[in-house]
Amino acid sequence: MTAIAATPDRRPPALLTSWLLVTRRALLRFVRTPQLIVLYTIQMSLFFLIYRYLFGGAIRGVGIPFVDYLVPGFITTGVLFTGIGTSVEMAQDLDQGFIDRLRSLPIPRSSVLAGRAIADTAILTWSLGVTTAIAFAVGFQLHGTALEGLAAFGLVVAFGFVFEWLFVTLGMFAGNGQAAQGMGMIVFPFAFISSAYVPVSTMPGWLQVFAKHQPLTPMVDAVRSLTLGSDAHRLLGHPTSYFLIRAALWSAGILAVCVPLAIAKYRRG
Amino acid sequence: MTAMIEAAGVRKRYGKTTALDGLDLVAQAGQVVAVLGPNGSGKTTFVRAVATLLRLDDGTLKVAGYDVRRQPGRVRGVIGLAGQFAAVEPAMTGRENLELVARLFGLDRRTAKASADTVLGQLGLVEAADRLARTYSGGMRRKLDLGASLVGSPQLLLLDEPTTGLDPRARIELWDAIRKLVAAGTDVLLTTQYLDEADHLADQLVIIDHGRTVAAGSPAELKQRIGANVIEVHVRRSDQLAQVEQALGRLGQDEVQVDLPTRRVSVRVTSSGQALMNAMGSIQATGVEIEDIALRQPNLDEVFLALTGQPAAEDQSPTPAAHAA
Repeated sequence: MTAIAATPDRRPPALLTSWLLVTRRALLRFVRTPQLIVLYTIQMSLFFLIYRYLFGGAIRGVGIPFVDYLVPGFITTGVLFTGIGTSVEMAQDLDQGFIDRLRSLPIPRSSVLAGRAIADTAILTWSLGVTTAIAFAVGFQLHGTALEGLAAFGLVVAFGFVFEWLFVTLGMFAGNGQAAQGMGMIVFPFAFISSAYVPVSTMPGWLQVFAKHQPLTPMVDAVRSLTLGSDAHRLLGHPTSYFLIRAALWSAGILAVCVPLAIAKYRRG
Repeated sequence: MTAMIEAAGVRKRYGKTTALDGLDLVAQAGQVVAVLGPNGSGKTTFVRAVATLLRLDDGTLKVAGYDVRRQPGRVRGVIGLAGQFAAVEPAMTGRENLELVARLFGLDRRTAKASADTVLGQLGLVEAADRLARTYSGGMRRKLDLGASLVGSPQLLLLDEPTTGLDPRARIELWDAIRKLVAAGTDVLLTTQYLDEADHLADQLVIIDHGRTVAAGSPAELKQRIGANVIEVHVRRSDQLAQVEQALGRLGQDEVQVDLPTRRVSVRVTSSGQALMNAMGSIQATGVEIEDIALRQPNLDEVFLALTGQPAAEDQSPTPAAHAA
């Protein structure tokens, strides 16, 4: 045997190539696992219908039909509930040695994490799309233009991408799938104690403090504002830009904390 | 000539557990080196260190001349890792799995395809190549995992307990696959707790215990260093074991080993020929009927026992170190 075997000429893959390869793997895993397809297709819609028909009848006084109030909030918080799956998958990849294999390859550090965040944002978009279609079928109406509606949907997807990084990070620290599932419980207060399902003003004062100062409320209101057209300012008390700026700041904050944290954890192993 | 792996005084702690305690190891290029040790001895931690997967607390570790700490990217371009888990994507076919890793290794699309084809052939996975990996048997998954570690044509393959959990047939098939790779010029560092595995595959053995190198050398050298042969007596009935044990107790240089399930009594001896004669004499005096008596070279189990004072691959209760082993 020669001292150092001749190896084919090669250099580490480009950033984009490695991102795409890792993304593709996660997407293939999704489309080839029937259980996952079913889960991500019907779960969010099922809960939506429960809220719409079970609780919807009892909730009054939001100024507009409840379904129109609910849909933007439900879709936006749906990002959180779907994201738990990202943590679980990430933790399993770590636990089962798949991440070790990738870490031993000469690829950019961000690839594995970014690939997961991108793939799961795509899967999330599918869930959101199905639920939105069903929302329209059961009476949801845009008060503004279709373009504003599209912008609202795009905004939810963008928030989804931001939160994917939070869930990637949780998954990296969880250790195993079950622990990740458990850590996912963290989303409940953020989803419920927000303006998503009922107006913050109907909550007791001490709850309002939390509801007003957490990321979901401005995100929900930014999305909702875009679906309400000219009524938005009157109903929500502020123009769309007010919510957008706050939502953007929260997003930047989440990314600024989670991305470096996840990468540091990935490096350290 | 640059050594493929050069470890000096390598240390790694996990909390209070010391996984590597100043380990020294040199693996020359062109060799298969087996790291042998019981559970929790630091084998896996060492492989992970070579694979740039963990941060060392102390010591230097070079792979193909590159420092693991300062040039981890270079090291990753040289190695291929197959860990204890079959880290393949179950929802992708064997071929897709290999192409994915090849491309992440930096091969272009066409070269990756060709390389995946070659590896599938080498490992006898051609027929299963286009089936999803989740339909594979345990042995096939391990082979695919091994394939993924070598599809980028690395100079150094790192195999962490490659056959743990496999049935005997799958194990022998995997050995064959590894031997073929070695013949094709790939250097291999493997860990194992199976002595026969090390004996079958390795040119060099490094025996480690508690994160430290206990002994290193070729299998023959290590056996020679023990400087003894073994008399082994196979008795007909297990109730005769005690008598034979007593008879052999007088001539050995250390304790007599009794293996109840196989009804065998063995003892290490120095002046082999004379000792064998004496053994026969004293067994005859007991009147016990034996199946067989033989003078043989010590196996690695006995080597390990002699070097560390404890049997190899002892099933210890799980310690905090076991996971990081």
